[in-house]
Amino acid sequence: MKKTVIDFVLLENKQLNKDNFQLVLQSPILLSDIFPGQFTNVEIKDAKDIFLRRPFSVLDINYQQQTISLLVKILGKGSKKLTETIPGQTVSAIFPLGKSFTLPQKNDKILLIGGGSGVAPMLFLSKICGLNPDYVHILIGAKTKSDHIGISDYKQYGQFYFSTEDGSFGEKGYVTNHSIFTTQIERFDKIYTCGPVLMMKAIGKIAKEKNIFCEVSLENMMACGFGACLCCVEDTKAGHKCVCTDGPVFNVNDLKW
Amino acid sequence: MVDLRVKIHNLFLKNPVMTASGTCGFGEEIADFINLSELGGIVVKGTTLNHREGNAYPRMAETPSGMLNAVGLQNKGVDNFIDNIYPNIKDIDTHFIVNVNGSTIEEYVTVTEKINKLDKISAIELNISCPNVKEGGMSFGVSCQSAEAVVKAVRKVYDKTLIVKLSPNVTNIAEIAKAVEGQGADSVSLINTLLAMAVNAETRKPVLSTITGGLSGPAVKPVALRMVWQVYNAVKIPVIGMGGIMNATDAIEFMLAGASAIQVGTALFIDPTTPVKIVKGISEYMEKHNIQSVDELIGGLQC
Ligand SMILES: Cc1cc2nc3c(=O)[nH]c(=O)nc-3n(C[C@H](O)[C@H](O)[C@H](O)COP(=O)(O)OP(=O)(O)OC[C@H]3O[C@@H](n4cnc5c(N)ncnc54)[C@H](O)[C@@H]3O)c2cc1C
Ligand SMILES: Cc1cc2nc3c(=O)[nH]c(=O)nc-3n(C[C@H](O)[C@H](O)[C@H](O)COP(=O)(O)O)c2cc1C
Ligand code: FES
Repeated sequence: MKKTVIDFVLLENKQLNKDNFQLVLQSPILLSDIFPGQFTNVEIKDAKDIFLRRPFSVLDINYQQQTISLLVKILGKGSKKLTETIPGQTVSAIFPLGKSFTLPQKNDKILLIGGGSGVAPMLFLSKICGLNPDYVHILIGAKTKSDHIGISDYKQYGQFYFSTEDGSFGEKGYVTNHSIFTTQIERFDKIYTCGPVLMMKAIGKIAKEKNIFCEVSLENMMACGFGACLCCVEDTKAGHKCVCTDGPVFNVNDLKW
Repeated sequence: MVDLRVKIHNLFLKNPVMTASGTCGFGEEIADFINLSELGGIVVKGTTLNHREGNAYPRMAETPSGMLNAVGLQNKGVDNFIDNIYPNIKDIDTHFIVNVNGSTIEEYVTVTEKINKLDKISAIELNISCPNVKEGGMSFGVSCQSAEAVVKAVRKVYDKTLIVKLSPNVTNIAEIAKAVEGQGADSVSLINTLLAMAVNAETRKPVLSTITGGLSGPAVKPVALRMVWQVYNAVKIPVIGMGGIMNATDAIEFMLAGASAIQVGTALFIDPTTPVKIVKGISEYMEKHNIQSVDELIGGLQC
């Protein structure tokens, strides 16, 4: 699909917990295939001091209804304003942007790790990877219990593990302290992750040590989101690459981590 | 039908709307959104002799009604343009203008000589105003002597339309414009970005890796308008205006202040279809005000 500036209409705005909202957007034009890791750059309307669009990953797409869903975590003024959108209002978004994760092969055992605002593409990947749920393991980390969002809609796609920094839900500690890394990491063929950079770096390091295929999705600051400004670059082994067009998904071996 | 055509020296534009250098690559990045042949011209990203990686990330900061960038002329070099880009763009029905950069006069000259050989490139924009590179760039554009020296050298090797892009980071931009006109520039374009800075109070660090960067977007528009007007009154060559143009009204204001054509930069990041909307908006304005040709708008400010 060509990149397009689309005036979506907000169908539904569901508050999942204190800071996380799920937005369902109706497209006036036919949407073609979109894959986990791809994103959209959203205009924040009528907000003081906000000039640029804000990038958000696609959480889900419904081809019958021509809707996409976003998972928006309030981080600052733009994300906050977006979560205040009410059904019926239009949301301008440039869509679709970026490259997706490499989908797993039929018998791959995969580990998906999400943290913070990086949960959306992990849930999307679990849903559409087409693997036997026994082969899909999803680890989600957060600061505390109330930061976790309900995942009941996704339970059927894999096995979930949780961690919190304060131990209020799941295992205590950072995601990378989770026992999955000590007890069963070797069984995975592929690791996918999206979340805070420090988390992804730690995971990337483990994957490299264990020689496991690992893709990470970066969230560099963007102005345009479609390759025009060269502001979002990541310093890779092949030089500066645009996160918005060459990524946001990168193989950890290509990064200078 | 209103007549949107404008002439910049020997460059005939189908309309006065171009895209600004560094804000849409070689046009390909916005080709999904608009038909490039609807544009008056496309100024391609800053080109240097050799490949440049540009500055380290972070290179961008959002600011009130604008943004700072410190991209630092990331590009693959002029030979890559000639071998890999030019063949793909040369038959598109618009004017591609190459934004020429250098850290020395020799570098500007060498890049220009190479571009001069390309049939379908009928103009260059000499960038003596980039605030984001350590050597060359803006330092050529901030004094009359250095601006004259680089324009003089380039003029000797370039026989097509020579546009010189001016820096707003000077005390008297009209003086610089006159100086480059004196050395044979066919047109001046302005403004490049304003040297600026952003600080993160929480981390007590600058936001950009380079500490300072270039400000663009609506925040700079009043400054840009003032400079276009001053330069228009100081020189006889056509002026190309830019700086914070977001819509047709902004574009018309620049033309009234003296711009023969305008460029759209930062606005593309928010809406890549902006330039075609501006073309349409200008012709609607002309119909409404019963203006036959855009020439009547240029410098039409009634003081
Ligand atoms: C490819 C990609 C996918 C993303 N997917 C999601 C998602 O699915 N859900 C989600 O909640 N968040 C996602 N994010 C992060 C989201 O873009 C930021 O949280 C949002 O831009 C913050 O805007 P703000 O105005 O609330 O914050 P601000 O008050 O502007 O700043 C707070 C912090 O947000 C980040 N940020 C601000 N502006 C940008 C920008 N233009 N580009 C990138 N980061 C920025 C910076 O780290 C900044 O320090 C994604 C980011 C990228 C690059
Ligand atoms: C990300 C970015 C990159 C730029 N790169 C260049 C460049 O390579 N050469 C140049 O002459 N100007 C460059 N500029 C300046 C623009 O061409 C333009 O002069 C300036 O941004 C003001 O116009 P605007 O407010 O419409 O963006 C750049 C601007 C931005 C925002
Ligand atoms: S955000 Fe503009 S190039 Fe990536």
